[in-house]
Amino acid sequence: MSSESYGHAAEHAFRQHHFVNSEQQFDTSKLGMWLFLATEILMFGGLFVGFGLMQANYPEAWVAGHHHLDRIMGSINTVFLLCSSFTMVMAVHASSTNQKSKTVLNLLATLAFAGGFMVIKYFEYSHKFHEGILPGRYFSYAGGGPPEQAMFFGFYFAMTGIHGVHVLIGMILIAWLTIRAQRGEFSSAYYTPVDLIGLYWHLVDLIWIYLFPLLYLVS
Amino acid sequence: MADIVATPKSQSHGDHYDVDYLNDGSLLSWLTTVDHKKLGVMYLWSILFMFFLGGVFALLVRLELMNPGQTIMTAEQYNKAFTLHGAIMVFLVIIPSIPAALGNFALPLMLGAKDVAFPRLNLLSFWIYVTGAIIATVAMVTGGVDTGWTFYTPYSTTTDGPVALMTFAAFVLGFSSILTGVNFVATVHKLRAPGMGWFKMPLFVWGIYATAIIQVLATPVLAITLLLLIFERLFGVGVFDPKLGGDPVLFQHFFWFYSHPAVYIMILPGMAIISEVIPTMSQKVFFGYKATAFSSVAIAIVSFVVWGHHMFTSGQSQLAGAIFSFLTFLVGIPSAIKVFNWITTMYKGSISLAAPMLYALMFLILFGIGGLTGIFLGTMSVDIHLHDTYFVVAHFHYVMMGSTLIAFLAGLHFWWPKMFGRMYNERAAQIAAFFVFIGFNATFLPQFLLGSRGMPRRYYDYLPEFTFLHQVSTVGSWLLGLGFVIMAGYLFASLRKKMDAPSNPWHARTLDWQTSSPPITHNFHEIPVLKQGPYDYFKPFEPSVEGYHE
Repeated sequence: MSSESYGHAAEHAFRQHHFVNSEQQFDTSKLGMWLFLATEILMFGGLFVGFGLMQANYPEAWVAGHHHLDRIMGSINTVFLLCSSFTMVMAVHASSTNQKSKTVLNLLATLAFAGGFMVIKYFEYSHKFHEGILPGRYFSYAGGGPPEQAMFFGFYFAMTGIHGVHVLIGMILIAWLTIRAQRGEFSSAYYTPVDLIGLYWHLVDLIWIYLFPLLYLVS
Repeated sequence: MADIVATPKSQSHGDHYDVDYLNDGSLLSWLTTVDHKKLGVMYLWSILFMFFLGGVFALLVRLELMNPGQTIMTAEQYNKAFTLHGAIMVFLVIIPSIPAALGNFALPLMLGAKDVAFPRLNLLSFWIYVTGAIIATVAMVTGGVDTGWTFYTPYSTTTDGPVALMTFAAFVLGFSSILTGVNFVATVHKLRAPGMGWFKMPLFVWGIYATAIIQVLATPVLAITLLLLIFERLFGVGVFDPKLGGDPVLFQHFFWFYSHPAVYIMILPGMAIISEVIPTMSQKVFFGYKATAFSSVAIAIVSFVVWGHHMFTSGQSQLAGAIFSFLTFLVGIPSAIKVFNWITTMYKGSISLAAPMLYALMFLILFGIGGLTGIFLGTMSVDIHLHDTYFVVAHFHYVMMGSTLIAFLAGLHFWWPKMFGRMYNERAAQIAAFFVFIGFNATFLPQFLLGSRGMPRRYYDYLPEFTFLHQVSTVGSWLLGLGFVIMAGYLFASLRKKMDAPSNPWHARTLDWQTSSPPITHNFHEIPVLKQGPYDYFKPFEPSVEGYHE
């Protein structure tokens, strides 16, 4: 920590030496996060474009493929992620208003919803593996249907898989936030990590909001 | 998320206050440093090593083409050699060369900042680059890849060899590029010295800023494309394979949606360096500062809507072809604005022909040729004939090597004294520049002729009537190689000397020259307050850093 003091009201122990004050550090971090989120959107955008084009080419395979997806489980997962976004917002608010126990509780709730999402995803995946519904050349479902279903499930596993990895990473980050919050490291002067990981978490939620109708509600 | 841990010890005031950054810290502290200058230097050495490797493959490819038929290697080895040359030079050398090495070093200094916005992200980005380089090397050693650097499907999904691994390496390197881009955009937005408005930034910063925006917006699309390609190889999903109902042209659209902007990731930083070297070496105010700054941004924007010109012969609709062709011509406008502004800046300046300026002048000539032949190729009817010939090879080498790499050399010679605190032998530098220029043109001018006469690119064998031009090209590659050997000689020799470089050997006005050579760990003792624009050569010099004397 640099020894000089700028006499800023909201100085905290986590200011790095190359920032003039905490406000500059906060703004910079936030800008960085938004830029990172832009890259995420573009990355998933590529998947969406490929998915849409192939859907236009093989509408029957897409309709046939989506019948194998469990709408109930998909809906529950959607609700889980929406709730987790809400608790995340509450955690950000609590941390910025110095409410330590509320921060921790909301982070734990977010973690629980995310865990629920992954558990349901696990059941969905294992059910499909069991039926031989695998991507590409490993597709060995006995029930027939258009052969391009293999491609549909290629997209299904790619999209939900990459999204699932994002949920997992989010859970690790939120667990880390919870530990830090428990230690009392966040306050109205410094809650940047909660804020930024919150942004990330909303994006993960948002992507699922698009994935769910695209994959589960084909018509 | 750069605000998690408090400042590392080596970065705080105290013992290291006056120590130059090169002599500050052990080897281990270098490998874990968050200092943008050290990271820039580490990038520099990694990139130069990769350049050497890619250069060896280039020489081997040229040697094989010395005579028709087999000269030194089999057709399969030849395919692997040119793929490795291309993949190394694009992903490991040219894309990171200027932004990651010189940009990392100079950008915060030019802004009067102590570091980039996210120093630890910067370190992470470096190690991701190293990881990508290692994965690529493993792919080379375990069989090599023969797809060309573009990994076109369905060949890339059906050929043998570690294509998935090589593709993964490119994916990893993309991450490094994205993180660097994020870091630079945030740095330029938030860490400018007091008094430095957007139009008081050096033009190098503008160029790197435009580059960083492309890195952030285009690279993710490549990332997902390469992931899909890996998926395709592992699971046979069929998205890009016509046999399974997929669309190989979709791969090309995805690939070029990144890779055409990537061409501007390569050239914009080159232009940025030239915009710094020319006014400094001419001691003259920059002509058309705003036009040049905006032309960087314009190129960045247009770069996203021209990718289809790589696919005139791939079966896209004629209308799409015509639109892409027209949009491609638009790139010529901001590029020409820059060229005319550089030339006008030199007019009546007091021009010094030191090594950086020699390379800048070389850039003007070679970029002129490379840029104009790009217009030929962007014309659909002409491209139908020249597509996939040596004309294309010559064109993009004039842009990638003749422009970007030459600009990198200009920048390397320009900032070498600042980076390492030593002057190199100017006479030796002039001799090397001579060989580079002659060698480059001898290598690639004949390839324009070969291409226009119908020599297809990537072919292992050729008709006997092409022999003479191929031989000229091969001999040219030796001259070029000789130039680089001389350069390596005098640059290494300079490092053995005592530090002798003045703070400001070129009498520049930007902030990076208003600290010692090499800079102290903290860059500046006090945060500079900008007193002058970056090219105010019409006024007497007034330093913006307190206590600084030229």
